[in-house]
Amino acid sequence: MGPLSSRLFALESRRGWTVFMGLAAVLMAVVPVLNLAVPEDTWLHVPTFWVTTLGKFLCFAMLALALDLIWGYAGILSLGHGAFFGLGGYAMGMYLMRQIGERGVYGHPELPDFMVFLNWKELPWYWYGFDSFAFAVLMAMLVPGALAFVFGWLAFRSRITGVYFSIISQAMVFAMMLAFFRNEMGFGGNNGLTDFKDLLGFDLSASTTKVGLYVISALMLGLVYLLCRYVVTSKLGRVLIAVRDAESRVRFLGYSVTRAKLFVFTLSAVLAGIAGALYVPQVGIINPGEFTPAKSIEVAIWVAVGGRGTLFGAAAGAVAVNGAKSLLTGIAPEIWLFFLGALFILVTLLMPRGLVGVVRQWRERRAISKASHSDSHVSA
Amino acid sequence: MIDRKSRDLSGNRTLGAAALGAALLFATAPVASEPSEADFHAALQALDTQKFQQKAQAIEHLGALDNPRILEVLESLAKGRLYVRKDGRIVIAERSGKKYLIQDAISGRPEPEAGKKELKKIKVNNRLRRLIRGVTGRLALFSDDPDRRVKAADNLIKNPNPQVLPLFRQARDRETDDAVRAKLEVGIAVLELEADDPALRLAATTTLAETSDPDIRSLLEHRLQTDAEPNLEIRDALHGAIETIDRKLWLFGIAENLLFGISLGSVLLLAAIGLAITFGVMGVINMAHGEMIMLGAYSAFMVQEIFRSVVPPELFGFYLLAALPVAFLMSASMGVLIERGVIRFLYGRPLETLLATWGISLILQQLVRSIFGANNREVANPEWISGAIEIAGGVTVTLNRLCIILFSLAVVAALAAFIRYSRFGLNMRAVTQNRSMAASMGIRTGQVDALTFALGSGIAGVAGMALSQISNVSPNLGQNFIVDSFMVVVFGGVGSLWGTIVGAFSLGIVNKFLEPVSGAILGKIVVLVFIILFIQMRPRGLFALKGRAAGD
Repeated sequence: MGPLSSRLFALESRRGWTVFMGLAAVLMAVVPVLNLAVPEDTWLHVPTFWVTTLGKFLCFAMLALALDLIWGYAGILSLGHGAFFGLGGYAMGMYLMRQIGERGVYGHPELPDFMVFLNWKELPWYWYGFDSFAFAVLMAMLVPGALAFVFGWLAFRSRITGVYFSIISQAMVFAMMLAFFRNEMGFGGNNGLTDFKDLLGFDLSASTTKVGLYVISALMLGLVYLLCRYVVTSKLGRVLIAVRDAESRVRFLGYSVTRAKLFVFTLSAVLAGIAGALYVPQVGIINPGEFTPAKSIEVAIWVAVGGRGTLFGAAAGAVAVNGAKSLLTGIAPEIWLFFLGALFILVTLLMPRGLVGVVRQWRERRAISKASHSDSHVSA
Repeated sequence: MIDRKSRDLSGNRTLGAAALGAALLFATAPVASEPSEADFHAALQALDTQKFQQKAQAIEHLGALDNPRILEVLESLAKGRLYVRKDGRIVIAERSGKKYLIQDAISGRPEPEAGKKELKKIKVNNRLRRLIRGVTGRLALFSDDPDRRVKAADNLIKNPNPQVLPLFRQARDRETDDAVRAKLEVGIAVLELEADDPALRLAATTTLAETSDPDIRSLLEHRLQTDAEPNLEIRDALHGAIETIDRKLWLFGIAENLLFGISLGSVLLLAAIGLAITFGVMGVINMAHGEMIMLGAYSAFMVQEIFRSVVPPELFGFYLLAALPVAFLMSASMGVLIERGVIRFLYGRPLETLLATWGISLILQQLVRSIFGANNREVANPEWISGAIEIAGGVTVTLNRLCIILFSLAVVAALAAFIRYSRFGLNMRAVTQNRSMAASMGIRTGQVDALTFALGSGIAGVAGMALSQISNVSPNLGQNFIVDSFMVVVFGGVGSLWGTIVGAFSLGIVNKFLEPVSGAILGKIVVLVFIILFIQMRPRGLFALKGRAAGD
């Protein structure tokens, strides 16, 4: 085994790999097969709607991973990650918009409908290039990354930490929301970008495309997870944990705290951008609602519910909370906010390590009781 | 033409007369003995003819009479509301459904309503309407009501008509009211700009330079551009007058922005001042702060509803005074509940506090939505803070805005005094500066924490009560303020009341000055970006605490 493959192998424990592979198999093979191969009238069939919903959750899980990387490991609570997610989504949305071409309501070959509606004569310069898929994907990563780099550089350089960082990141996403609500910005204003037709020639309304997008989301989630594992188990990852626990000491030891934070913050934003880019074709719309501060704070609770600083927990938390949301808003919409609010309070008060922490504690206790049990056996 | 306001005035007067007249209708017979009334009657009856020439004479004749009713009669005639009844008397009639509401033209007293067949309309043509306009304008100019005289002068300024110049001069010489006289001077000057005598034109230019009306500015400009003014000296004077007016308009613009900025700043201050206590003094990030404001606003709404149903209507205006303590206690007790129930377990873990209080804010929002519904609730302005004041040069401020400016300053002053002079304020400062030392001195820090949080929340509630006067009361009310109020506190400097005041007013003023340049939303974005950049330079805000207290 070469050094890289052994490094890869060491990302997880033996049991960790088993779980990872098992989940990957279920998500990427079993679910699609149950959707496509099993006839619709049997109870084993998974409806396409569920597949798309699950795909959406997987994108949220990716966003949660991105947040956990900086909150759980570097102690930076960003309340503005929705900005990066949304920018990635808008980049993909712009590509999908350009793909509509003459099939829009106004049938203009180049301009999206909303621009024709606003009486614009030509495409704004920042829309150039988005007819190419590769360019759009690149932008979905570069734009959030660049914003995070500039924002992070300004913040970390002047040592803005803790709640101050949280507040100004919230102000950032709030400013983005206001900006994207304006029609003059050229991103569709209030309505955002929607009415997408196809992606790389695949019809977005076809269920095979939907399942395909879902599989790609699952694949990307797996890769992003491994990448995050790679970062947190590297030397940089250890520096980050040290920064989280005692920032000044790390500085005194000669490490550049600013650079470490800046790197991981930018990486996190890029990952959030990818999540957003995968999210948009599955839900079929992107609008400034993604930039509301409330949505960004909600990401933090996904991470907290799962258990921050665990990566796996963050992803699981995202799926669990969003699953609960779908369930509860279906039954009684007014209950959902009570539930979410209570979740925020109870998790921070009673489960500071989240679900993963609870499981770990339970396992440790069992191990101890087993040990004492066998001890008593021996003494008897 | 007399504009709408004066018509409304005359309408009101008719109503008053109608009420009075109704009581006297059958009690006293109409007395038409006074000579002026007899003339009035004769001139009026002369209108009942088919010939427009005779009608014109009758109108001139009416205009020469001295009777307060004539203005209304002529206006009714111009609007086609003057009719001849079957018995030959002339009445003012207004259609209401199928019937006509009638009042006697001379006395203004209401009469039994009539059907269409009993009435014959007195027709007017455009020439007569023009004539009536001239006559009513003249009548208004010499009317007893100063408002009407001002309106007449305004009318002249807007539609200059050289024929009435002598009339205006006459009116000016008779005028006793200074404000009306100044208006008349301006009106005359507008006409004299085109006089043959250069001295008169120069004097008119000087008079007009004193005004601050954009219309007059464009009038002067027009005169220069069309080369209507041959005299070079007067041309210079015109240039000078335009410059003077421009300078004044510029100053008024600044004054207006400043005033609106202060008004916005006072709103920000109210929203942020409670946060300055909980976040600034205690270091607790309370994301439910906005909901404390909302609770205060809903308290005001509830007190209003109670007053509406229980208290006699003449005392209704005082509901705001009653709402003040209710809003404070409501939010303060919610604050105690939050502090004792959640926050005290999270001291030293600010990020967790942030998330937990966010959860509280979601629950409170949904709770209010479930109880009161998601729609906006209206909290009415009591009469004593409705209306507007004109400050100068068209800068007006509504009274409720003005009250909020004063109220916000009063709240801050009261709070500062409380913290500075009261026993509790002393304890509060002690706990903030050195918790363990304060505890050693026998201060019950837990109690102080709870009460400090209650104080901050209660003030947020009072702010909500005040804000209910200028904005909609809805479950989302608090959300609109949360980012803004955090920005104010962080910008001003955490832990500094003074910083919060300066922060709020400077952000408000900057926002209002940006608005005309960049539009409201872009202005707000610019301010947010500015704050984000500003914090890079001064991470502790404008007024950073120095020394040990600043340590974190």
